[in-house]
Amino acid sequence: MKTSNDCVNNNYLEYVKAISPKTNQKRSLLHAFWVGGTICCIGQTFRFILENFIGLSGDELSAYVSMIMIFLGAFLTGLGVYDRIGKYAGGGSIVPITGFANSVVSPAVEFKTEGYIFGTAAKMFTVAGPIIVFGVASSVLVGLLYFIGYRIF
Amino acid sequence: MILNTIFIFIKAFIVGGAICTIAQLLINYTKITSGRILVYFLLSGVLLQALGIYQFIVDFGGAGATVPISGFGYLLAKGAMEGAKESLFKAITGGITAAAMGITAAIIFGYLFALIFKSKSKRN
Repeated sequence: MKTSNDCVNNNYLEYVKAISPKTNQKRSLLHAFWVGGTICCIGQTFRFILENFIGLSGDELSAYVSMIMIFLGAFLTGLGVYDRIGKYAGGGSIVPITGFANSVVSPAVEFKTEGYIFGTAAKMFTVAGPIIVFGVASSVLVGLLYFIGYRIF
Repeated sequence: MILNTIFIFIKAFIVGGAICTIAQLLINYTKITSGRILVYFLLSGVLLQALGIYQFIVDFGGAGATVPISGFGYLLAKGAMEGAKESLFKAITGGITAAAMGITAAIIFGYLFALIFKSKSKRN
């Protein structure tokens, strides 16, 4: 009786294994790598153009590059393209600054029905809010520590 | 010159891809949600720059290091560190001043495109 039960269990487990979709974690790493790398290369392209043809440099250059990337991320999210990229690329689309723009626009569009103030304007910070909070707080901490460091040493 | 430019792009591709692969590893093997990953990467960018490490990654990888969200953290920390040399006021405001363009762009474009476009999720 016990052996037949095991047999059934094993058969069942094999069956489940056979029909369930393979998550294929190694392939998702490859997807994240090449999509993330490509997004960064797009950023590098704008950096190259602004540096060589318009003559920007330093902080101004990187600020305009991130502005363009945020524009592209927000625009592609509005078109619904970015979420499709996200399904394929996972981390490759989340971590670039375009993913930050995506995290702003998608809840903003989603909650439009709740009004333009407490729908769009409030909900656009569901993911971006924590980023700004932790970013500003940690930068103030770093600034204060370095300020004290420079005065002592 | 041309070879040098191609090399810059290859380095950006590898560094950017590597940072994204680390995020994908976290998604695959831990149960961290994407919002948390953004916060962790931002904070690691701030920490690495505060320790003086991220500048080397930026010098090597160019946009491959500045386009990921950790580059945003790098920018915040760099602004604060440069401000700290001058005064207490600039030590406090330096971070958000450096990141002002990114935050402003996210708010303006985010709100603008939210007004223009409609939700796609219901159609799929």
